[in-house]
Amino acid sequence: MLKIVVCMKQVPMVTELPWDEETGTLRRDLAAGMMNPACKHAMEAALQLREKYGASITAITMGPPAAEEVLREALAMGADRAVLICDAALAGSDTYATSYILARAIQKEIPGCDLVLCGAYTSDSETAQVGPQLAEELKVPSAAYAEHLEISGRTLRVRRLVDNFRETLEMECPALITVSMERYDPRYASFAGLNEAFAKTDLAVVDAKGLGITAVQLEACGSRTRVRRVFVRSAQKRNVVITGAAANAAAEFLDKYQRKISAVIGKSIETKKQAQS
Amino acid sequence: MAMKKKSIWVFGDYRNYYQNRVTLQLIARAVDLAREISAEVCAVVVGHDLEEWIWEYTSHGANRILAIDHPSLTSYSTEHYLALMEKLARERDPDIILIGATDFGREFAPRLAKRLKTGLSADCVALDITPDGLLVQTAPSFGGNMLAEIVTEHHRPQMATVRPGTFREIPHDNTRTAVVERLPLPAHLTAPRVRLVEYERAAQKEHTIENATVMVCGGRGMGNKKNFRKLDELARLLGGDVGATRPVVFSGWAGHESLVGQAGKHIKPKILFSFGISGAIQHTAGLGEADFIVAINKNPQATMMKMADVAVVADAGDWLNHLIRELKKRIRE
Ligand SMILES: Cc1cc2nc3c(=O)[nH]c(=O)nc-3n(C[C@H](O)[C@H](O)[C@H](O)COP(=O)(O)OP(=O)(O)OC[C@H]3O[C@@H](n4cnc5c(N)ncnc54)[C@H](O)[C@@H]3O)c2cc1C
Ligand SMILES: Nc1ncnc2c1ncn2[C@@H]1O[C@H](COP(=O)(O)O)[C@@H](O)[C@H]1O
Repeated sequence: MLKIVVCMKQVPMVTELPWDEETGTLRRDLAAGMMNPACKHAMEAALQLREKYGASITAITMGPPAAEEVLREALAMGADRAVLICDAALAGSDTYATSYILARAIQKEIPGCDLVLCGAYTSDSETAQVGPQLAEELKVPSAAYAEHLEISGRTLRVRRLVDNFRETLEMECPALITVSMERYDPRYASFAGLNEAFAKTDLAVVDAKGLGITAVQLEACGSRTRVRRVFVRSAQKRNVVITGAAANAAAEFLDKYQRKISAVIGKSIETKKQAQS
Repeated sequence: MAMKKKSIWVFGDYRNYYQNRVTLQLIARAVDLAREISAEVCAVVVGHDLEEWIWEYTSHGANRILAIDHPSLTSYSTEHYLALMEKLARERDPDIILIGATDFGREFAPRLAKRLKTGLSADCVALDITPDGLLVQTAPSFGGNMLAEIVTEHHRPQMATVRPGTFREIPHDNTRTAVVERLPLPAHLTAPRVRLVEYERAAQKEHTIENATVMVCGGRGMGNKKNFRKLDELARLLGGDVGATRPVVFSGWAGHESLVGQAGKHIKPKILFSFGISGAIQHTAGLGEADFIVAINKNPQATMMKMADVAVVADAGDWLNHLIRELKKRIRE
């Protein structure tokens, strides 16, 4: 039976995280987490493959303890098993380190897997690098932005749209695919399913040591990049601020900019009184 | 022994030439950076029938061209390109490799970085260099509201991908010259594991908001689909089009063709209304040329509000209703 692994990540629900001016860091802890949207598409692709060919699906994530939630959601969507890689030593990993750890975890926890699916990118770190780098670590053929997957025997057929080219690719399993967000619209996890998933026990938690990764290896395969500074973009315009009750504010706005708007839209919105002034 | 000349490489992504000319834009930035550290700019191009590209990269500022031209490289193959670039980079040890963040580049660059055991930053919006040659890569982070300065301190080459449109190309000048090295295809190249079965150029998309004079964009702050679709009425009154942010498209309130920003359309309206949008850089990257911006947000601190000519602090849906009502009173067709 086909063994599929889906890599998922928990991301903050909002994009405007509270910013701590003093320490210059983001209060990530204040934001609720959710499953990265692109990972849902990857999970959907896995579920559809299972419906068609039969498969076992393992969801895997590397993250803080709270990341367990996305694994529960994955179980509710239909994953058979889930693995959480959780280790304080792994916090702040860049894609180089993340892909190394994920590869070791997949090799240890899901040996002989046929297909690894990733989301195209995450909504927080947004690099789209983990998938391709994981393929390198696993030394398997891969393709990004898949819109359609088919399997016959050991051969995986992928359709995708890249740089305005429609391509059909073929490769032998095991392989790694990142799934486009244009297709495989994810199903909802039912409420009952969610309840059930939170009761399920098929969730393994491992740390670096449990994966047999030594401190020396961690060091050697650690992050290559360092974030020197994070800053808020500076504003570009000196702006006019309008506040107050919406009804008055809308009228005030139109009064003030009626000339400009009229000129652009090619229709007059000037009121008589204002038109003469 | 003479010190090795520093070198900044730009990957020649010629397949995308007609769409975005990102390679030329990167050469231009590389020329500026190279000046700071007395390096040369080297364009690396692999494929078939490359004379046109060699010429083009030369005329746009590259000092050296490394070209591997072979019929077996006629169509793009990530694996072949990886093998060739890895080999060249190991042999010649460039300080920096810049790659366009095209679909191809975004798949290719991470794998190349992994093979070279080095760091990579994605989608940079600025590149700078310190006197001792550290590439300061500014990339959007945390959903685009923040920028992060990323450095690769202890590994070489330093690698970055850059979105098309970030830098401006140097005008074509056919009196420029470059050292052109035509290299043979290495003998040991193994057959790629990924086989290209068929490909065709996709049809261009039909309706487009890129040329709208008035744009009414809405974000997650519109709250729900029903509220969001009221923007249609404002757009109709103003003779404009509706645009959306990515969460809106994800939620199914609008189709992908209305997405504005890095991953969507670049618009250049004379007037832009921005309802309930935070102003993440991936979105504002698509607003480069908006003349007059009116932002409506309940949070006066939102980036979009700071970028606006007029910042309206209000509930977006509520203010929209009043604006529509007021406009209907005033418009005389
Ligand atoms: C690789 C990549 C590419 C991307 N490409 C794009 C792209 O092309 N285009 C794009 O748009 N995004 C893109 N994004 C996503 C982008 O980073 C942001 O997440 C997105 O633009 C945020 O959309 P938003 O402003 O609608 O939502 P949010 O950031 O959640 O902002 C909502 C805003 O609405 C305000 N608000 C809430 N309620 C109300 C109310 N009742 N009344 C008034 N205001 C209210 C809030 O104060 C907030 O400012 C991309 C991300 C990645 C990772
Ligand atoms: N910490 C993580 N754990 C598991 N999978 C991840 C993790 N980070 C990234 N991924 C996978 O890689 C994809 C792309 O992530 P990114 O490179 O961060 O944009 C995601 O959609 C996931 O499938």
